[in-house]
Amino acid sequence: MKTAKTEGSSGSLMKKRRRPGDMILYALIYFFSAAILCMVLYFVGYILWEGLPMLTPQFLTSAPNPIEHTEGILPALINTSYIILLSLLISVPIGVGGAVYLNEYAKNKRLIRVIEFTTETLAGIPSIIFGVFGYVFFCTALNLKVSLVSGALTLTLMVLPTIIRTMQEALKAVPKSYREGAAGLGAAKWYTIRTILLPASLPGLVTSVILAVGRIVGESAALILVAGGAAIYMPRGNLFEQLMSSGGTLSVELYRYSYSQGKNDVGFGIAAVLMLIVLLLNLVTRYISRRLEKKYQK
Amino acid sequence: MRTTGNSQTSSVHGKAHTKAMAERIMGMIFFVCGLIAVISVIFISLYMLLSGGPAIFKIGPAEFLLGTDWDPENEVFGILPMILASVVATLAAVLIAVPIGVLTAVFLSHIAQKRLAGIVRPMVDLLSGIPSVVYGLLGAILIVPLIFRLQESLSMPTGGCLLSAIIVLVIMILPTIISVSETALRAVPASYYEASMGLGASKIQSIFRAVLPAARSGIVAGMVLGTGRAIGETMAVMMVAGNAVIMPELLKPVRLLTVSIPFEWAYSSGIHREALFGVGLVLFVFIMIINFTLNGILKKGGKAE
Repeated sequence: MKTAKTEGSSGSLMKKRRRPGDMILYALIYFFSAAILCMVLYFVGYILWEGLPMLTPQFLTSAPNPIEHTEGILPALINTSYIILLSLLISVPIGVGGAVYLNEYAKNKRLIRVIEFTTETLAGIPSIIFGVFGYVFFCTALNLKVSLVSGALTLTLMVLPTIIRTMQEALKAVPKSYREGAAGLGAAKWYTIRTILLPASLPGLVTSVILAVGRIVGESAALILVAGGAAIYMPRGNLFEQLMSSGGTLSVELYRYSYSQGKNDVGFGIAAVLMLIVLLLNLVTRYISRRLEKKYQK
Repeated sequence: MRTTGNSQTSSVHGKAHTKAMAERIMGMIFFVCGLIAVISVIFISLYMLLSGGPAIFKIGPAEFLLGTDWDPENEVFGILPMILASVVATLAAVLIAVPIGVLTAVFLSHIAQKRLAGIVRPMVDLLSGIPSVVYGLLGAILIVPLIFRLQESLSMPTGGCLLSAIIVLVIMILPTIISVSETALRAVPASYYEASMGLGASKIQSIFRAVLPAARSGIVAGMVLGTGRAIGETMAVMMVAGNAVIMPELLKPVRLLTVSIPFEWAYSSGIHREALFGVGLVLFVFIMIINFTLNGILKKGGKAE
């Protein structure tokens, strides 16, 4: 940043020589950056342009009706909400607890390294592997069948590393003086965590939840194996029965419509819904990080 | 959640006994939470081995890994074409995405003004947030028809092929490579750049000769992360790659390792299903190798600092 100013004054010492190599690299840098920018805008624009007209009230609030030949994504929306809520309900407490343990409790360096390595490993495992594991373990070994519950448990493992890492960062950002002050007043560890550290790292918690939701909403490969597809009917029975039945989320239905059935118009409708969700999540994370920046600048 | 735990000890001067008890219990709960990741990885490794191993030995490791025919109806399970397709697609995607990604990272970290970088960076973040099925749909609608025209001119129109899979993978791993490289470039002390400029080097020279080499380990880490992403990607490539199990050729349909699992899952049973578990195990081994490589690089990078 600072050096940009000095560049102009170098003319007094020596003539600025234009290097052809520099020019080529400049051109490539600007070209690729502009290309990526245009590509993103084009993708988002294309999806919304093709998909938004599909989003009629009927499309959003009904189940597919084969007799009247209408499509609807309400079952998929409900399944998606169930899976999001259930996964968060399990993964957030565990993830936050794991981060607290790593940051506040763990003393054994080797153990910390093992936990951090396995967290990284978990983050690097592709979703289809989680799908196979989830099928063998949750659906078969624990006999939860192909169901929304199996899907939520599988997704819990997938979002856990994100939550742990984000919360760890947030806890690290809490000044040491907070902990020392609390300890000086005679507060015990859990008391300090509960009343000071967790409230202070609330933005981190919100960010980790948003990142997790983004991952859950976009997931498809694993869910096809563990939660099933074809959200044709509205979920039936009591909550427990609904959660124990199979059902496709929005992403799974997008795949089923556009790839298995060739109904790309419905596919784009769902893609537009997904895109709107992703855009919203992105805006919220940006808002939070901006507010944090301001807070730390003070 | 936790804050509602034990309300009677909410003051510093609670009952000493219950408080100490709560402290100990919470400490234990946090410890268990910390171990969940470790337990998960152990369980995943174990169950992948238990589910995939038997099939590989039933079919025969050599026949499974080196066989070139995949014909589930006749119980012939050779996955060499899939392994090669996955490796070729991943390597090609990484080789294309790394230069583009690093140049964009340079743009974001050293060339763009703060305001411009503030516009481009969220766009890159957005790219990483788009679900893979949406990439698959976009690829099928925007990229496959273009390639179809190219194939028509060569009189072998098939639609989805290795090339379309590579293009989609490049787009999907770019955000990872860009953001990891940018972080690495920013972590290089400004004095490197300033010293190089002070010696009379041009801006580009300073970036590429002084800053970039210093950020090397971070960039390599981004590359390995991108490799892991690419080799594990499933839905998007399934929707654009044609999915025929033949030896990979640029303009012919290919089936990647990952794709076989959801592609044949619904109608597989018996030894066929087990063979799919075997495919999963092979993929898992690939991923673990990549993970350990990444860990090694990060450790080395950490020491160098």
